[in-house]
Amino acid sequence: MAKRIIIVGGGTGGTMTANILASKLDSEIRNGQVTITLLSDSPVHVYQPAFLYLAFDRFYEDEFTRSERDLLRPEIDFVVDKTTGIDFKSCFVQGASGKKYQYDYLVLSTGSYPDPSAIPGLEKGGDWFYTQEGAKKLAKKIASFEKGRILLSVGVPHKCPVAPLEVIFMLNDYFKAKGIRKNIELYYTYPIARLHALEPVANWAVGMFEKEGIKSETFFNMESVDPEKKTLSTLEGSEVPYDLLIAIPPHKGADIIVDSGLSKSGWIPTDKQTLKVTGYDNVYALGDGTDLPISKAGSTAHFEADVVAENLTSEIKSGYPAHFYDGRVLCFIETGLHEGTYVWFSYTTPPNPAPPSKLIHWMKLSFNRIYWMAARGLM
Amino acid sequence: MGEIKADKTIDARGSYCPGPLMELIKNVKSANVGEILEVLSSDEGSTKDIPEWVDKVGHENLGTVNHGDYSSIFVKKVK
Repeated sequence: MAKRIIIVGGGTGGTMTANILASKLDSEIRNGQVTITLLSDSPVHVYQPAFLYLAFDRFYEDEFTRSERDLLRPEIDFVVDKTTGIDFKSCFVQGASGKKYQYDYLVLSTGSYPDPSAIPGLEKGGDWFYTQEGAKKLAKKIASFEKGRILLSVGVPHKCPVAPLEVIFMLNDYFKAKGIRKNIELYYTYPIARLHALEPVANWAVGMFEKEGIKSETFFNMESVDPEKKTLSTLEGSEVPYDLLIAIPPHKGADIIVDSGLSKSGWIPTDKQTLKVTGYDNVYALGDGTDLPISKAGSTAHFEADVVAENLTSEIKSGYPAHFYDGRVLCFIETGLHEGTYVWFSYTTPPNPAPPSKLIHWMKLSFNRIYWMAARGLM
Repeated sequence: MGEIKADKTIDARGSYCPGPLMELIKNVKSANVGEILEVLSSDEGSTKDIPEWVDKVGHENLGTVNHGDYSSIFVKKVK
């Protein structure tokens, strides 16, 4: 009987894993020894990093969405069916359709989701660009904002950890280009004692903030928002008034992770090297949904997809996993509308950002367009 | 210092981003009042910035144990 691989999640991690696997197990699939099924609750694949640009009307829906079926190799069985349960003992995934999907190997790439409801008042009093609808709504507000304070606040945990800095630099350039920067106070805040989690990035940002007149407050963790008074209060006792609040809501894992009894926190307990789910030898996890202490970012899922696909391949071909994730992450950082930099790091190698340049900005813009090749497992 | 028994251990060794303090902030939220969290960190800065944040928000610092190439920082959620 064929070995059945079920992948849950049609985002970056699930799609890349499916395509890389289909390539590596080509002969086994042709011989009927392996099947690959990808389950997603949506027929559409969304390139989420585009939301940052959508907030500035620099990326549009027809550019950042594709048919998931079209991104997957034809030998992958793609099913639109929301996962409503997972039985790890009997090895099946329960779909909302009523269908059960038996597996020999399971891959969880179930993602993370902004949860503004976690902060009282935030849904009414704040805006965010971490969802498609949120970014579209925010774009209108940015386009009509003429005067006052824009407060940027950051919830924990959140995906795309460089986005808070990127959006503040893009706002700075946007209002400079519009000729009204002098009427606008940009007020950046961050949960820990510096401007960014990555120390070299934080140190570099200090100089940029001084040069560009961006105000900041650290040790700033949202406790509640008063939408009537337009103030944000923090766990640390600060209260800051705002005219426009751009928040990065704290994120949560997929509901199915809690509902299936896998974890109470919503994050998938995952081995940091093998990417196996703790306690289950035939289940792997990758992407934003893991509990690994690393960045929730597309590049993380990209590097992890290689490891998961390689390990499943070696399990099927050799009988054991033989590949290990080294914690590798690579993030482009927009330092405005015209320049950018990047960092890469791993469990053992600290980041060292390159000087910002137009070339790196163009590389990021290029990657935004060639992402579809990466999703297809071609790069 | 005497041995402290943690209710949860957060292994943030090798975490450059989001880093040990952000991992603690995430876990404090879901912890119950009275629980003790232990953060394992290989970042020397954690022994300073974690206690500083814990003081600022009013939780309790229970101490730090140096293991050579990493530290254990113990925090009690008190509210």
